[in-house]
Amino acid sequence: MDMHFQHLYEVLSHVKGFIYPNEIELSWSILIVQYPYITGLVAGAFILASLERVFKVKVLGPTYNIALLTALAFLMVATMPLISHLGKPQRAYEIMTTPHSTSAMAIFGFVYLWYLMVVLLLEIWFDNRRDMILWSQKSTGFKRFLYRAFTLYSNDISPRSVALDDKIGYIITIVGIPSAFLLHGYVGFIFGSVKANPWWSTVLMPVIFLFSAMVSGIALVMFLYMVISRLRKVKVDMACLDTIAKYLFYILILDFTLEALDQIHRIYEAEESFEILSLLVSGKLYITLIIFQVFMGMLIPLFTLGLFQFYKPSEKIRRITYLLISMLVLFGIFWMRWNVVIGGQLFSKSFYGFTDFKIGLIGSEGYLMAALWFVVPFLILAFLLWLLPPWKKHPLEEPVSAE
Amino acid sequence: MRKPMDKSSRRTFLKSGLVLAGGVVASGLLKPFNAVVLAGDKPKGEGPWYGIGIDIEKCIGCGRCAKSCKLENNVPMEPFYFRSWVEQYTIKKDGEVTIVSPNGGIDGFKQTVPDNEIFKSFFVPKMCNHCYKSPCVQVCPVGATFVSPEGVVLVDPNYCIGCRYCVQACPYGCRFLNPEKNVADKCTFCYHRLQKGMSPACFANCPTKARIYGNLRDKSSELVSFIKNHTCMVLKPNLNTGSKLFYNALSMEVR
Repeated sequence: MDMHFQHLYEVLSHVKGFIYPNEIELSWSILIVQYPYITGLVAGAFILASLERVFKVKVLGPTYNIALLTALAFLMVATMPLISHLGKPQRAYEIMTTPHSTSAMAIFGFVYLWYLMVVLLLEIWFDNRRDMILWSQKSTGFKRFLYRAFTLYSNDISPRSVALDDKIGYIITIVGIPSAFLLHGYVGFIFGSVKANPWWSTVLMPVIFLFSAMVSGIALVMFLYMVISRLRKVKVDMACLDTIAKYLFYILILDFTLEALDQIHRIYEAEESFEILSLLVSGKLYITLIIFQVFMGMLIPLFTLGLFQFYKPSEKIRRITYLLISMLVLFGIFWMRWNVVIGGQLFSKSFYGFTDFKIGLIGSEGYLMAALWFVVPFLILAFLLWLLPPWKKHPLEEPVSAE
Repeated sequence: MRKPMDKSSRRTFLKSGLVLAGGVVASGLLKPFNAVVLAGDKPKGEGPWYGIGIDIEKCIGCGRCAKSCKLENNVPMEPFYFRSWVEQYTIKKDGEVTIVSPNGGIDGFKQTVPDNEIFKSFFVPKMCNHCYKSPCVQVCPVGATFVSPEGVVLVDPNYCIGCRYCVQACPYGCRFLNPEKNVADKCTFCYHRLQKGMSPACFANCPTKARIYGNLRDKSSELVSFIKNHTCMVLKPNLNTGSKLFYNALSMEVR
């Protein structure tokens, strides 16, 4: 407690201008930056998978399963930063048992559960049911137990049941697309509907969140596909990579347009909060917004991917560039979330001054805690790839024999 | 190889989907917006419905309201947590605005601008506006924040999950996370005192009667005549929070 106050006294000495006395401490810290970032990765990865499944972009085949498993791995962690940020984490269940009907936040638990249980888990289950049955016949011990349990001890891989799996999987993906939109658009609404905060309160916020989610999710799958291929020592499918890059480029254009529109609209309307927000952008957020988010995370990828649409260098150069671009995009979108969440709390609602933000290494809202929630999804993904390796799936043409 | 779906089954699926979506929209129209918008009208009832009047012309910036609030309600003494505080505004002749609130005004104020540069200076006591369309009540995900029948916005500390959405939603900076209890904290209008027929601490300790409170439903109350006889204004009226804190002589610089 004393350390906490000591930290706040230090922040107090860095306050610029006038802020309301309760505004010295930021209410939402790095964990709330992670929350939209992680859910965005989920929604984006899922939408990339749906491109293959529903929109029949067959060239994306190699990334289909990786995208779904990535979405699942990250979704399983998405609530953790939120819960560990609560003042009373042990009461988190109340949001499900007594949701408040007028609260934008109250629906989160339900949107989340719908997405996890109905969309992702079911889809992955139907996609892998046949393979899990076949794998269970070849494996032993714990792995066999897992496959048997997950397939509910059924051995039915008759053409009829497999066709049914496929049909249900298809329907779930169709339901999944609006659900992914809902999941992340909704996260944007949590911020966009706070009328007290002019940096957040814009009707475009859910849409911007959605498109930046797609951008980050696609970049993540692109990155993971290259890394996984390298680890497996197999050649990446260049046609697939080029197509992902093309979609990334298109959605970057949309995302950039929307974010630019938001800013142009703000500047042109120049409402009461305009002066403090322009000071915010040119001051406290200069590096994280102008340099990290816009220049590194948006303009460089846009320019490079745009160039590749009509000038194609050698495969090797493209591969390296794609790797770098995907990392830049992931970096940029992280800072986009940062600029929204942290940026929105740095200026006073009196519009007369700024507070300061510094995070420590340890503690429930420190760097280590945040790092934990970034590492865990990758561990879950590694487990999922071990359990359901997309590269070991059995093509339907391959004759198989049931027990 | 996936089997293409049968066209007629797809049509049935789309049809039933449309019917379902239409049904949801239609049922939404029956009870328009009530689920998403907080009460738009003043609540109807019999008993007292409290509001506050603050006369800026009478405030001398002694900070006794802020101090008595902290003592009465066990608010942590560190200068980051206030249910009630005082701001000093100084408008210089060149138009520059200086605002300070050292330790919420508890220790009083010292004017740092030289007298000959001052155009005007005044104090603005702040506290929860006890809005009747309050954004903080609207956003609470578990309903731990609520409005009492008397129009007092309260937090149930045994139910609050500490998500701090209400802190973000309050346009006036009146809420904070209590560092000892880890739940949202705010002015309770000294509800415990009100129930015993006593005035809230900040009102009882104001030496100049710069702040009054009263029943807005009682047209003969002191508060209603204060509002009637002065040119009163609420803070940030554009946000439509239904603020029940009325300031006399509120200068345009105050936010």
